[in-house]
Amino acid sequence: MAMIFEAAAAQSAGQLPGSTEPGSGGNASQAIGRMWKAIRSNGKALAGAILLAIFTLLAIFPWAIAKDNPSAEIYKASLGPSTAHLFGTTSYGQDLFAQAVWGTRETLIIAVVSGVLSTFLSVIMGLAAGYLGGAWDSVLNFITDVLLVVPTFPLLIIIVAYLPKVGVPGLILVLVVTGYSYGARQLRAQTLSVRSRDYLEAARVRGERRFYVIMVEIIPSMTSLIVATFLGTAVYNVLAAAGLQFLGFGDPSSVSWGTMLYWAENNEALQTGQYLWAIVPGALIALLGAAFVLVNYAFDEISNPALARVPLSRGRRLNPVTNPISIYRRLSANRSS
Amino acid sequence: MRFLLRRAGFFVLTLWACITLNFLLPRLMPGNPAIALLAKFHGRLSPVALKAIEIALGVNTHESLWSQYFSYLHNLASGNLGVSITFFPDSVSSVIRGAILYTLGLVGVTTIIAFILGTLIGIVGAWRRGGWLDSLLPPIFVIGTAIPPFWIGMLLILVCGIKLHWFPYDFAYDPSLSPSLTPAFIGNVIEHSILPAIALLVTSIGGWILTMRNTMITTLAEDYVKMARAKGLPSRRIMLDYAARNAILPNLSGFAMSIGFVVSGAVLVEYVFNYNGLGYLLVQALDSEDYPLMQALFLLITVAVLIAILLADLVTVILDPRTRAAR
Repeated sequence: MAMIFEAAAAQSAGQLPGSTEPGSGGNASQAIGRMWKAIRSNGKALAGAILLAIFTLLAIFPWAIAKDNPSAEIYKASLGPSTAHLFGTTSYGQDLFAQAVWGTRETLIIAVVSGVLSTFLSVIMGLAAGYLGGAWDSVLNFITDVLLVVPTFPLLIIIVAYLPKVGVPGLILVLVVTGYSYGARQLRAQTLSVRSRDYLEAARVRGERRFYVIMVEIIPSMTSLIVATFLGTAVYNVLAAAGLQFLGFGDPSSVSWGTMLYWAENNEALQTGQYLWAIVPGALIALLGAAFVLVNYAFDEISNPALARVPLSRGRRLNPVTNPISIYRRLSANRSS
Repeated sequence: MRFLLRRAGFFVLTLWACITLNFLLPRLMPGNPAIALLAKFHGRLSPVALKAIEIALGVNTHESLWSQYFSYLHNLASGNLGVSITFFPDSVSSVIRGAILYTLGLVGVTTIIAFILGTLIGIVGAWRRGGWLDSLLPPIFVIGTAIPPFWIGMLLILVCGIKLHWFPYDFAYDPSLSPSLTPAFIGNVIEHSILPAIALLVTSIGGWILTMRNTMITTLAEDYVKMARAKGLPSRRIMLDYAARNAILPNLSGFAMSIGFVVSGAVLVEYVFNYNGLGYLLVQALDSEDYPLMQALFLLITVAVLIAILLADLVTVILDPRTRAAR
């Protein structure tokens, strides 16, 4: 299902302009600063950002609120929720609250690391194909196109099944290889559209090297598209990793929300009345996914002027400073599509 | 025309790449799991079946990789997909035939409903922008796309199945019935598919809404829509015939594509409900290391998607004259 969403999102994002006007002093840190300002002015984005911040804190300092060792089988099995065990215990006598809190780390690491790496791969493949052109473009674009149309989740399952035992690094690797294609395609299109712009011509005439042109002139102009790519991939990877772990791939002895669901399903938690065992990790996955989606959704509104909220004709007036349209105009005055 | 020819070329190349990937994967993986598997089945399978698996997985042969590749291609071309290990002695094709209708029914119908509902909500949302429907439904369903569908399925099993006994939640039909085309059996199948269908709908509708709404908003700003307003046309006509008709293109080609993804099923949802479609079959094949079945399923899924993409291109070319001129 996520794939259908991806396909649909591919199309909506296809109209997303991702470039900032390089002439108006758009370097990456400024662009990010402006984005941050825009995020603060959008309720959805703010909610998503706060959720992400909470999850990050939980992932870094899980011991601050959960003292128990999440894997230790030291309590009475299948206890209901109580003050000592907020969510009760598993059939193995592990504390569910501790598992939920400590599980944040692995889930978030998978989402962020695979998101960053596959965005990185998208940038390399997309820019190389778009900027180098010719035979490079044909070959790289073909690889990307194939990975784009092959149904990702079945492919993921099959690759993981052939690998004897994958831990977190293996899982991340597979997610990166299967998940970069959509972003690469968009970045390639964007590169093609800016390739013949004057400021790049100017850089070439100045005698700058290709590497310099790509790193200093092209990439900063695509910051918003790159961020959007990261957010989209992160959501997908949260869901895909949870699904794989739920099926028992990955390391079943690790502590993450996906493996919690795997053990809950294997012990028939729903049928035996241990509802929280299945409900809590799923709800947390949904919350984390929702956090990324909220930021992404708001990001769409911020970076696409057509979607920016306009007041109803009889509605309230917008403060010109927080009006996303004006922020957007400064963020990216140059539309190519 | 040239555009379509190029797409057909891509189709053939991608198909070849997927078939080759299917061929290479079991041969590239460390520690070749197939050897252990074959040892397990030695003596239980007929020599012919064993030979077919050996060819498919590339073990115990002294042939070169090239001749293995060609006999693999030959087997595929003659429709010999091998024998399933899980459901021995059934052939892979008959196992797939037994499951495909349930997936097509469940996921196919759900995809169509999600597309229609999502598109309608998107149209109305964009038309009454900022209204109550627009501020309520799109955000809710877009967040819905971040929820694991299989977890929604588990919640539905808990609430509507175990607690309230509203719907059955195990298998695609009552095991006491035998599959037939009687109304009683079809009704039973429908009853069994309601909960998984809800789980899929809730999580997939958001994508359609978002695409439709965002495209429609862009379309509504076009001059011809302003012109229609200026002419004083009834607003329903502007909404449907002027704006939505043009804005639906991305959703339509997305729909054509997702028809292909129907075959890949909803692996996790089918697994949670023990719904015996193709997705569940894939998980079963993995659990029992049934490589022939796995390879065949993956190939089937890929071919379905490729055909759907070709279809999506065709739809776009037919409906959108601009693509005919551009390429």
